[in-house]
Amino acid sequence: MTTPTEAEKPLTEPEDTPVHWLQRFMDNPWLLLMLGFFVPFFSYTVWGWVELLLVKKAELP
Amino acid sequence: MGNFITERMRVCATTGLTVDLDAQRFIKLNAVFGVVSLLIGAIAAYLLALTRWEAVALLDPIDYYKYISLHGLNMLIFWILFMEMAILYFCASTLLNSRNFSRALGYGQFGLMLIGWATVNFSVLSGRASVMMTSYVPLKAEQEFYLGMLLFAVGALLGVINFFGGVYIARRDRTYKGSMPLVVFGALAAAIIAVFTIVHGAIALIPAWLWSLGALEKAPDPGWYRLIWWGLGHASQQINVCAHVAVWYLLATLTVGAKPINQTVCRVAFVLYIMFINLASAHHLLVDPGVGAPWKMWNTSYALYLAVMASMIHGFTVPASIEVAQRKKGIGGLFGWLTKAPWKDPGFSAMFLSLLIFGFGGGITGVTLGTHQINIIAHNTLRIPGHFHMTVAGGTALAFMGLAYYVVPLIFQREYPLRALARVQPYIFGGGIVIMAVGMTLAGSMGVPRRHPDIDFTGARIAVDMGGATPFLAMLGIGGLIAATGAVIFAALTAYAAFFGKSNKGRAMTSWQTPEQDRMTKNLLTTAWNPAEGKLKTTGTVVLTLIFLASFVVYYFANWKALADVWYVK
Repeated sequence: MTTPTEAEKPLTEPEDTPVHWLQRFMDNPWLLLMLGFFVPFFSYTVWGWVELLLVKKAELP
Repeated sequence: MGNFITERMRVCATTGLTVDLDAQRFIKLNAVFGVVSLLIGAIAAYLLALTRWEAVALLDPIDYYKYISLHGLNMLIFWILFMEMAILYFCASTLLNSRNFSRALGYGQFGLMLIGWATVNFSVLSGRASVMMTSYVPLKAEQEFYLGMLLFAVGALLGVINFFGGVYIARRDRTYKGSMPLVVFGALAAAIIAVFTIVHGAIALIPAWLWSLGALEKAPDPGWYRLIWWGLGHASQQINVCAHVAVWYLLATLTVGAKPINQTVCRVAFVLYIMFINLASAHHLLVDPGVGAPWKMWNTSYALYLAVMASMIHGFTVPASIEVAQRKKGIGGLFGWLTKAPWKDPGFSAMFLSLLIFGFGGGITGVTLGTHQINIIAHNTLRIPGHFHMTVAGGTALAFMGLAYYVVPLIFQREYPLRALARVQPYIFGGGIVIMAVGMTLAGSMGVPRRHPDIDFTGARIAVDMGGATPFLAMLGIGGLIAATGAVIFAALTAYAAFFGKSNKGRAMTSWQTPEQDRMTKNLLTTAWNPAEGKLKTTGTVVLTLIFLASFVVYYFANWKALADVWYVK
């Protein structure tokens, strides 16, 4: 039996092949949904909102 | 494998893929109103181009603000989001080998978006909402404008929920093996960003609506409104980025038989978009006094550059996959893969021009303008619309046009008329956008403001001399007219094809390519081959990438020099 060349190897792995943790992470749409909402929500929205709340009222001279 | 309902499906005679007839109906409805919105926006674009070209100065200020509102809303929101809904239906059904999740959600999505679309356009055209797309408070529109925007957003949210439902049943029923296809993953990224976008739209627009109704005595705080509104306004353009990158991958496959060289790298780039690209909304607040420098710098630089890297990854992997596919066909030479590409196929030309304009034009200017220090010399100048016309019009709109040249024959099952005109349309639109955007950028560099119908302040007691910008404003006007003509040609051809085009039911679509190109592409699509095999090089793409990086460095540091010229430090 000859070894298959690189081009002849199947492009999909057999189903029992262990899946890399990064692939499992990217295959989880619900986790990505949570991250996609909360990362910018805290970094942009909440942080920015808090900064605006902390602005001191301008006093007239 | 598939979970289709037999009486609600058909098999595409061109691709062999199964098409859910419910999804097909919603793809058609959304695509038609997307194109109608594009046509409205293009007609307004003629008027605006002839106004910002100060030698013509067509519209008075009242009409200028009416038509710039109409143009912005139809081009940046309606055309794009209707098309994105069509993409979500296609991805969640045909590409996942699955049925549409919910017909009721589909009708709810389309109905609400249609009512919102009609309400907003009525409000703007009747002069009741000349507040531009941004609708900054305390500038007030009549209440139906905000209501229409909210209805449109809720409709889009229903479309996104339907998409996630489709992903859920496809996973549950195992309609696909392994990971979802890369194009669907891109659509998933767009849908996730859409959730963030729509939530921010609701938080900003509900109080503005209540205020316009008189239920709130005071307008929402302008600083707060701008912060939340840009979570809608800029994030909605990031949906575009994800969607059009997904379209690049799809069109690269359909037109040259390309396959991504490394799927994991492409998916990681989409994950970087999901997590970091929405921070770019902070660009709009770089001169706002309410938020501090750490917030600005973190959100526009440190974290955002991860999303910029994602764009550069896609900007490499898409042309690299095309180069590899072309080399697999036996085409050699450093740039033979490009010179022998199917440039007369509007699906290919629109996709590749979109990639070039988005990368070289929109990308380089975007990162530069988004730099905190440099932004001070560019904010609110014409450089900003110069940038975003190269991302949204030259990037997204052009990619979606390329998609339509395949969607109409494959989903509407009708052929385009006047095929020679369709073949040159992407060049007309893309060329016009480039001329206009370069004109805007150069005029903006001389200080010409954006959102202004008369930069000379005609009749004012203190004259403003912007004479040096005259040729660049002429470029803006001429380029705008060419681009608007390209958009009108596209809308007319597509509308005719969708309703009256020659039917291709039961047979393959008529190819846009020469018989030889078509045969080689179909060969690649129907045989198993590995794009990562060692002998297929990407040398041409590497050279293009080096040219891109050199352009980036030159433009970026030229801007630091320009900043140093106006901000003298001893």
